Amino acid sequence: MPDESLLTVSGLKVRLDNQLILDDLSFEVTKDKTLAIIGPNGAGKSVLFRALLGLIPYQGEIKWKSGVKIGYVPQRLSIEKDIPLTVGEFLSFKERVKAEREKVLSLVGIDKEVSFLNKKLGVLSGGQLQRVLIAFALLDNPDVLLFDEPTSGIDISSEETIYSLLHRLQDTQNLTIILISHELQVVYRYADTVLCLNKEKICFGTPEETLDKESLIKVFGKEAGFYHHH
Amino acid sequence: MDNLIFLIAVGSAIGIAAGYLGSFMVLKRMSLVGDALTHVALPGMAIALTYGFSPTLGALIALTLAVVGIWYLDETTDVYPEALVGIFFTASLALGLLITPEPELLEALFGNIEKIGFVEGVITIIISFAVVILTWSISQKILMGVVSEELAKAMKVSISKYNLFYLLLVGVIVAMGVKFVGTLLMGALVIVPAAAAKNVSRGINSYYFLSAVFGLISAVIGILAANILNISSGPAVVLTSILIFIATYLLKK
Repeated sequence: MPDESLLTVSGLKVRLDNQLILDDLSFEVTKDKTLAIIGPNGAGKSVLFRALLGLIPYQGEIKWKSGVKIGYVPQRLSIEKDIPLTVGEFLSFKERVKAEREKVLSLVGIDKEVSFLNKKLGVLSGGQLQRVLIAFALLDNPDVLLFDEPTSGIDISSEETIYSLLHRLQDTQNLTIILISHELQVVYRYADTVLCLNKEKICFGTPEETLDKESLIKVFGKEAGFYHHH
Repeated sequence: MDNLIFLIAVGSAIGIAAGYLGSFMVLKRMSLVGDALTHVALPGMAIALTYGFSPTLGALIALTLAVVGIWYLDETTDVYPEALVGIFFTASLALGLLITPEPELLEALFGNIEKIGFVEGVITIIISFAVVILTWSISQKILMGVVSEELAKAMKVSISKYNLFYLLLVGVIVAMGVKFVGTLLMGALVIVPAAAAKNVSRGINSYYFLSAVFGLISAVIGILAANILNISSGPAVVLTSILIFIATYLLKK
């Protein structure tokens, strides 16, 4: 069903500093589904995101459904710990309707109390910052969320809730989610489709059919079996 | 007395504008660059003095060229070539020292607010406020670029355009300010009030506000002290701002 397709990527090639980062990548994302992108460090996952956002030059074709609104959740911000910018002020970069902000905040599980909104952005924990960044991305009602999961800096308990949050978003928001993930458990639990990436497409399909031992070894190398637990 | 009030008004306008614009310089982690940038004014003033046109205009032209250079390096390189920028600015200072006519040298280096005439003063006040308003109008965009360039670009904010515009405005304020505190100390008037404000601000609006207020207080107290103690106003203004910095630093601790 071509009209259900939100994003079509065909023959994508990205070269940075004369190095081929992504080679001949083609895939499709269906509306209201969740696509997880997995792959080892340096596989080009974040580069793929930057290409999808139009931040870097590329060859090939990236075709978003016309009029689609993209919300982007970066891994981190480039701020110093003591930047005099509060959570509330950061969110107000995008704020339009106050009611919308309230809705988004409760959706991502941020304490609506003034004390949290008055906290400085630089002192938040990894999990808190992640929620703020998701809230920021959701503020202008995007159709699709690009979520670049940080590799470190988030404690286990809040990690758990970030994913239940993603789950909640899938259920309530008619949101297409494209996420870069390092946690195969997360991929099994929340993704409809998975794209294994290591410069080129290694596998693409539902987690159950694609994440067999063979393709995992192809993506991550020998110790891949270790990742395979539910 | 009337003249003193007028000079305080001119100094205050520059202090407010320099403090406010400096707040972004500090956030952008460009404090040292911003400081050194002001040295570039000197050869521009020297050339203007030699060929008989306005030193402020000469400073403005030199600063604009330097600003475009900084902006270009910032846009095209990942690692900021700090050493290179430092060397270039020091070179321009050395060159400026050689070619500035002897009688004007001291004034160019440390400023002399007494020399600012009425018309020039009024123009300085008007331009200072225009610069503040223009900067205010793009402040969200600049800040967005500081917080995350990627996120800003993803929101279709053309960061590089706003950065260039901002840096050009800094050039304008520095050109206005060299008459006041001189080319050696103008950088301090841009950086120090903002650094002080950062020590004690709870949020971004109070940070902007305090940066401007500390610039203002530095100018007023500095000029008054210079007048009473019969010392040079440029160093008095900068030392006042540094006292404010020390006070806020202690307050933060």
